[in-house]
Amino acid sequence: MANAEIFHVRTEEAPTLPAPVSTTGVIGWMRKNLFSSIGNTLLTLVGVYIAYSIIMPFIQFAFIDAVWTGDDRQACLATEPGQHIGACWAYVEAYLPQFIYGRYPVEERYRVDIVYALFVLLLVPLLIPSVPRKGLNATLFLAVFPIITYFLLTGLVIGGTVILPIVETAVWGGLLVTLVIAVTGIVASLPIGIALALGRRSQMPIIKLVCVIFIEFWRGVPLITVLFMSSVMLPLFLPEGVTFDKLLRVLIGVTLFSSAYMAEVVRGGLQAIPKGQYEGAMALGLRFWPMMYLIVLPQALKLVIPGIVNTFIGLFKDTTLVLIVGMFDLLGQIQSSFSDPTWSTPSQGHTGYLFAAIVFFVFCFGMSRYSIFMERKLHTGHKR
Amino acid sequence: MSVLEQDSAGAPARASLLNDPKVRGLFYQFLLVSVLVATGYFIVTNTIANLERQNISSGFGFLETTAGFGIIQALVPYAETSSYGRAIYIGFLNTLLVAVIGIFLATIIGFVVGIARLSNNWIISQIAYWYVEFIRNVPLLLQIFFWYFAVLRAVPGKREKWSLFDTFHLNIAGLRGPKPIFEPGADIIGWVLVAGIIATFVVRRWAKKRQDETGQQFPVFWTALGLIIGLPVLAFLVMGMPITLEHPVFNDTGPRLRQGFELGVGINLIPEFLALTLALAIYTAAFIAEIVRAGIQAVSHGQTEASHALGLRNAPTLRLVIIPQAMRVIIPPLTSQYLNLTKNSSLAVAIAFPDLVSVGGTVLNQTGQAVEIIAIWMIVYLSLSLATSAFMNWYNQRMALVER
Repeated sequence: MANAEIFHVRTEEAPTLPAPVSTTGVIGWMRKNLFSSIGNTLLTLVGVYIAYSIIMPFIQFAFIDAVWTGDDRQACLATEPGQHIGACWAYVEAYLPQFIYGRYPVEERYRVDIVYALFVLLLVPLLIPSVPRKGLNATLFLAVFPIITYFLLTGLVIGGTVILPIVETAVWGGLLVTLVIAVTGIVASLPIGIALALGRRSQMPIIKLVCVIFIEFWRGVPLITVLFMSSVMLPLFLPEGVTFDKLLRVLIGVTLFSSAYMAEVVRGGLQAIPKGQYEGAMALGLRFWPMMYLIVLPQALKLVIPGIVNTFIGLFKDTTLVLIVGMFDLLGQIQSSFSDPTWSTPSQGHTGYLFAAIVFFVFCFGMSRYSIFMERKLHTGHKR
Repeated sequence: MSVLEQDSAGAPARASLLNDPKVRGLFYQFLLVSVLVATGYFIVTNTIANLERQNISSGFGFLETTAGFGIIQALVPYAETSSYGRAIYIGFLNTLLVAVIGIFLATIIGFVVGIARLSNNWIISQIAYWYVEFIRNVPLLLQIFFWYFAVLRAVPGKREKWSLFDTFHLNIAGLRGPKPIFEPGADIIGWVLVAGIIATFVVRRWAKKRQDETGQQFPVFWTALGLIIGLPVLAFLVMGMPITLEHPVFNDTGPRLRQGFELGVGINLIPEFLALTLALAIYTAAFIAEIVRAGIQAVSHGQTEASHALGLRNAPTLRLVIIPQAMRVIIPPLTSQYLNLTKNSSLAVAIAFPDLVSVGGTVLNQTGQAVEIIAIWMIVYLSLSLATSAFMNWYNQRMALVER
C-alpha cells in the first residue's frame, strides 16, 4: 500500500488533445497541399496566377460585360469609345431555335420535339442500371425508336394522303443533325462492329482476312477523307439515275467509319471473356450462334459499355466535320449565322464559339462521367 | 486414349456433309468471296460507266497537267505553272510539317500537364485536370476555328505588330521571326552534328557494356550533351560563324501603304499554319497527359520503396526504376496519339491551310478525278498508319517483359 503514496496512478484517461491547429481544418489542408515547401509555395503562386488570368477574363467576358437582351446588333455595340462589350447572349437567344432545329419549318418543329422527348424517355431508363426491363427498353430504343424517328422527321405519306408533310433533309440543321448523325452512327455501327469483331476472331482465314482489312482500312484514314469519299465517290458507284440523299451519304460514311472502331472495342470485350466460358458453352452442346448470343456476347457487351460510350463521345465531336462537306450541324449552323448582318458585332464570333464549346462540353463531359461511373460499377461486379 | 483413337479412325462418325464444320467453313468463305466479287464488279462497272458519261478519263495522267492555282505555303519551290502532281507533293510536305511540329509541341505540353496532374500541389493538379477535361470534351474543329477566327483575327493589322523580345512579331499576316542564312561552310556544322549523334550512340553502348562487366558508371548524359551541342558550337566558332540570322524588316515610316513587313525577309508562319498546329498540339496534349498520368500510376509504389531500400536517391529512382517501367506503358498509346494527330491534321481543309487533303480537294474540284485523288489520300494515310503500327509491334516485342 506504501506504493500508492509514492506513485501517482492515473485513474481516468488523460483528455485527448485536439490535433495541432496547423495540421487540421482549412489551415492544415492548405499547409499540406499548397505550402508544404518553398518550391511548393512558388508553384501555388504560379498556379493562382494562371488560374486568375484565365478565369477572370472569362467571367468578365461571359457575365460582367455580357449583353443579355436586345433585338439586333445595336444592343451589342459599344456606345461610348473604350467600352468593352463581352458576350452577346442576345444573339444566341435570337438564334437558339436555328441552333436546335436548323431551318426545319417552324410549324413542323413539334415533330422534332417529340423525337427529342422520346429519345430522352427511352435513353434515361436504359442508362440507369437499377431500372428493370433492360431488354424491352433496348429493343424499343434500338429498333422501334429509329423507325418512328425516321417517319417523324422525314414525313409520312400513305397512298397520296399526307399524314406528316415531307421535310427535306437539306433544311435540317443544328443540334438535330448533330444528334441524328451521332446516334445513327453508333446504333448502326454496333451490329456491324460486333459482326466484324467476331469475324476478326474467326477460324476461317478468308473471313478473318476480310475483316482485318476492313477494320484497318477505316481506322487508318481520317474521317474527313471518308466524308469526301461518301459525298463524291458514292454517287459514282451507283447506276445512272440512282441518287442518294446527302445526309444518307454522310450517314453511310460515318457508320462504316465508326463500325471499325466499334469492332475493336467489342474485340477487347470478347478477349476479356475467359476461355472457360466458351468451353463451357460448347460442352453444353451449344452451337456457335447460341453460344455467342446466350453466353459470350451478353458478358462481353456489358464489359465494353464504357468503351462504347467513349466511341460515342468521339463520334459526337467528330460530327462537326460534316460542315466541311456542306451540311449544317450545330457548329456549321453557328458558323453560318456569322454571315447575318443583323447580328454582326465584334464579339459575335467569340460568343458563338463559346456557346458551341459549352454545349459540346456539357454533352461530352456528362457522357464521360457516365462512362467512369459504369466502369466503377462493372469493376466491383468482377472483383474476387 | 488409344481405344478412342482407334474408334474414331476405325468407324469415322461422319455426320451429314451439311454439319461438317470444315465444309460449312469453306461454304461461308466461298459465299463471302462471291458477294465481295459481285459488289466489286457492280461498283467498277458503274464507276466506269459514270466516268465515261461525265467525260472524265481515268488514270493518273492528270498529275502532269499544269495546276494553275497558287499555294500560300510551299516548302519547296512551287509556282502556278507547276503540275498537279507537284501541288499534291507540296500538300503532302505541309501535312508532314504540321504533324512533326504538332507532335513535338503536343509531347512537351502533354508530359508537363500529365506530371502536373500528379503534383502534390492541389492548385496545379486542379489546373491540369480541368485543362484535360475541357480540351478533350470540345471538338477539335471548334478549337481550330477558335484559334483561327477568334484569336488570330484579333491581333494587330498589317501595318502594326506585337513583338516578343524584339525578335518574334505577330500581326494578322502571321508570326515573323529571324531566318537562319547558311553561308559556305555551314554544311560542315551539320555533319559535325550527325557525327556527334552517332558518337553518342557508340559511347552509350560502350558505357552500358562496361557497366555490365565492371559495375563502373560513365557520365553518359554529360558526354552526350558535349557531343551533340558542344561539338557543333565549337565547329560554328571554328568555321568563323557561317550562320547568320536574317531579321524581319518592319517599315513604320513613309507612306501608309508601304508600311508593314518587307516581303520575303525573315521567316513568316502564316496564321492558318499557326492556328492548325496550335489547336492540334493543345488538343492532342490533353490525351497525351492522360496517357502519361496512367503510365506513371501504373508503376506500383512498391517499386519506389524497393528502390529507396536499395539506397537509390530520388533522382536515380525516377531515372532508373520509374521512367523505364512507365515508358513501357506510355509508348504504345502515345504512338497512336501521334497517328491521330497526323490524321486530324486533315482538318486543315476547314481553314484552307494547304495540306494534302486541302490541295487534293482543290485538284479534285478542278479535274473531277475523284477516284484517283481519294486513292492518293487513302494510300498516304494508310501507309503512315501501317508504318506506325509496324513500329509499335517492333517496340512491343523489344520492350515486352522477359519473364523467367
